[in-house]
Amino acid sequence: MNVAGFPILSVITYLPLLGVAYLALLRGDEVAVARQARHAALAISLLTLALGVDLWTKFDPTQAGYQFVESVAWFPGLNIKYSLGVDGISLFLVLLTLALTPIAILASASITKRARSFFAALLLLETMTTGMFAATDFLLFYVFFEAVLLPMYLIIGVWGGEKRIYAAVKFFLFTLAGSLFMLLALVWLWHDAGTTDIVTLLHTAIPAQAQIWIFAAFLASFGVKAAVWPLHTWLPDAYGEAPIPGTIMLAAVLSKMGAYGFLRFAVPMLPSASAAAAPLMFALGVVAVIYISLVALAQTDMKRLIAYSSVAHMGVIIIGIFTFTVEGIEGALFQMLSHGVVIAGLFVCAGVILSRGEGLALSRLGGLAARMPAYAALLMLFTLANMGLPGTSGFIGEILVIVGAMKVNFWVSVLGAAGMVLGCAYMLVMVRAVLFDKFSHPGLAHIADLKLGEYAMLLPLAALVLWLGVYPTSFTHMFDASVASLVQAHTAALSPHSALAMVTQK
Amino acid sequence: MTSLLPVLPALLLGVGGMALLLIGVLAKRECATFSTAGSIVLLLAAAWASCSAPDALLFGGLLKTTLFTRFADGIVYVSAAAALVLAFDYNSKEGIARFEYPILVLFAVLGMVVMISANDLMTLYVGFELQSLALYIAAALARDSLRSTEAGLKYFVLGALASGLLVYGISLVYGFTGTTNFTALAALLTGTAGAGTVIGLVFVLVGLAFKISAAPFHMWTPDVYEGAPTSVTALFGTAPKAAAMALFLSVMTGPFGHLLPQWQAIIEILAVISMALGGLAAISQTNIKRLMAYSSIGHMGYALMGLAAGTEAGIQATLVYIAIYVVMSFGAFACIIAMRRQGQAVEKISDLAGLAGQRPGFAFALAVFMWAMAGIPPLSGFFGKLYVFAAAFNAGLTTLAIIGIVTSVINAFYYLRVIKVMYFDAGAPNFDPSAKGVNFIMALGAAVTALFVFLPAPLLSAADAAAKALMG
Repeated sequence: MNVAGFPILSVITYLPLLGVAYLALLRGDEVAVARQARHAALAISLLTLALGVDLWTKFDPTQAGYQFVESVAWFPGLNIKYSLGVDGISLFLVLLTLALTPIAILASASITKRARSFFAALLLLETMTTGMFAATDFLLFYVFFEAVLLPMYLIIGVWGGEKRIYAAVKFFLFTLAGSLFMLLALVWLWHDAGTTDIVTLLHTAIPAQAQIWIFAAFLASFGVKAAVWPLHTWLPDAYGEAPIPGTIMLAAVLSKMGAYGFLRFAVPMLPSASAAAAPLMFALGVVAVIYISLVALAQTDMKRLIAYSSVAHMGVIIIGIFTFTVEGIEGALFQMLSHGVVIAGLFVCAGVILSRGEGLALSRLGGLAARMPAYAALLMLFTLANMGLPGTSGFIGEILVIVGAMKVNFWVSVLGAAGMVLGCAYMLVMVRAVLFDKFSHPGLAHIADLKLGEYAMLLPLAALVLWLGVYPTSFTHMFDASVASLVQAHTAALSPHSALAMVTQK
Repeated sequence: MTSLLPVLPALLLGVGGMALLLIGVLAKRECATFSTAGSIVLLLAAAWASCSAPDALLFGGLLKTTLFTRFADGIVYVSAAAALVLAFDYNSKEGIARFEYPILVLFAVLGMVVMISANDLMTLYVGFELQSLALYIAAALARDSLRSTEAGLKYFVLGALASGLLVYGISLVYGFTGTTNFTALAALLTGTAGAGTVIGLVFVLVGLAFKISAAPFHMWTPDVYEGAPTSVTALFGTAPKAAAMALFLSVMTGPFGHLLPQWQAIIEILAVISMALGGLAAISQTNIKRLMAYSSIGHMGYALMGLAAGTEAGIQATLVYIAIYVVMSFGAFACIIAMRRQGQAVEKISDLAGLAGQRPGFAFALAVFMWAMAGIPPLSGFFGKLYVFAAAFNAGLTTLAIIGIVTSVINAFYYLRVIKVMYFDAGAPNFDPSAKGVNFIMALGAAVTALFVFLPAPLLSAADAAAKALMG
């Protein structure tokens, strides 16, 4: 705890913002500014990452509550504080953000148009996302949650593909509409408890009737962000049209915001409503896993296929969260990290093909393994991880979720596992179409293998995939305490309700 | 002998304005620069003087100055000064730089200050008319332009109608209660008022709704905004709106405060229609001034939500909303005034295409204002909305709050379109370099709007104190 000490979380959050200010001061011709902006952004994001790693080493895994807490009066008279803190649940999501931002910056070598603004937007996105995961005040959380839209809207709309404007506006309005319902729920909770402090709200009993409505509001906002079926329709457009670095941030980090919201707010704050909604969430999760996997199988574009695979995996995460078991929730958290790293790796791989001047239509690719062995090996690794092969990160998360689900409902577990089989199908179809088969056109015969900058993106991600897969304890023991206390609180909150229900039935 | 210190700001404006008028008439040359500078100085001096002015009940109970009136006056002074800074450059480029304009603004502000501080329906009417008459002339400032003349005439005819309704309402209230004094009215009108008084109240309310251009009394707004010179529109969008809203607050909570159950539903309906119409009608606009007109109608709807709540928190919310709105608004008008190509003002939204590539700072500032008006955090506009939603919600007006949230999404659509045009569409606006004053207002507005989140406390506590002063 550092009540009065060094405000490390604020420093981590706002360092990229300072970077934005620095970028605004750069002078010179466009090419020079673009190069300097890229280097400066990379340096700042690496520095922030270093601070994040420092945070990790100082984190005390035995404590379940918030650590590195900072709290300053923000809105006087309204009992709203600017307060930050991390616990086992948010720590790795903050780290994931910090780790993937440099990757996204490295992946933006092809951005030459208004490069300074692009890197400023990426750094702004890092600030907003980190702040969102670290906020321990609901209003502050909401501010960051919404503010993420601003840089992302510009990233998709300015630097995206052909249908970028449609995708950007759809993304913005979908998410805005969803999150305004959260605002309503926020105002209700604020009115009810007199504070927006998350810890206090967690210990405020909310009437069961109201819980249902608040849960519905949360489902509208977090469901859109996490792209829960059927609220996912913005996602293929946004992922497909965003530039590669934008897609990486969207798929790897921003999609976690929704799942994090469920885990942080819906489950602990609304125990009876989330227990009541669990069958619905299981159904949505299973539909996502099976239906979206089938949709992914039908895709003809590599980027869109990966995008749909991402939605399918979000289904697994949702199932895990709503099992309310330690295994299920740890599995969901682990899957969030693994999914972030793996999806980022896959999108970087797609970006490599784009940077060779090739399109991403599966019918226009093929035979790359012959010319690009290193690339093929890494793409294969990420593919296997995405399928959940033992030894890779994907396996741990999925097996934990399936075990957790098995404790609750046999069929959910079986159907969720079916998704893994379908996952193998579409990922292998993709790999075959990209790496094997024959050259679909002669231009591919001279394609070059990975360059230094591309190794710099892919090797750390590959190392993370293996680390997560081979030695998961180094991550799970950091969130064991927090998850255990979450599950405990959930069970405890439910039992008086069930006891009361039994009394009234008599 | 009453001390005149409480009305020192108003005296400064009145006497200073007449002095400037004399100088302008007697001077041999056109002295627009001098009179603009003098007016800005007078406004800032008035703002400074009002900071230290005491509370008082003056002239036999005709005027009352409190923290509330000083808060509202402050907003009016600052926004009028900003509008004059913007007007200086615009008017000279358009060839309508006359020394009378800043003086008209001074008198309009004087009228606003009087009506905000009014403690009697008669004072209210006098201030209201002084303000309106000065603004009618301002709307027709470009007297050789057909559009400007039309705007002035339209504003005058409809404004006269509203004044007529207002004065008719006042006469009814007087006839049924026997007094026009706010304090006496508040003491008389406890419980449920009779039909005559209520009809009078409704007429008063319609007159005020016309001034803040709340739907369905908004008809004049788009045409006047579009037709009047942009510098005048920038004034219309800020100071008079703030003043009329403050007047609305003080009339509704002062003499008619106990009749809350009788007028609450009317305010709710006004708020709902304004929010919905402001959003829906703005979608199809291609002229940015008309867009701002509909946007202002929508914003007045949100601000009225706080009044509809009828609580101290609601009044505070409306005051916060207005203060934030005024800053966003003059910032956005600074951007519109900066839209000039080859010496000609351009007003189409499509003229902004590609602005982000050529003038990143300009585009960013306008984007900040648009996002703030859409109510996206962390910009200031979000906190204004949050306050009114929370006030309405806490007062039990859940449906109103939900309608407000739904209309926010609709509103966001057209604000986003402006950003889309600037950032995503290809084009080359090739705008002329804008004047220093315009750039200053633009940067100031953007900085306040974007950085409000870091230091919200001063405004919020000032608004809180003002609301407490108003509600007694």
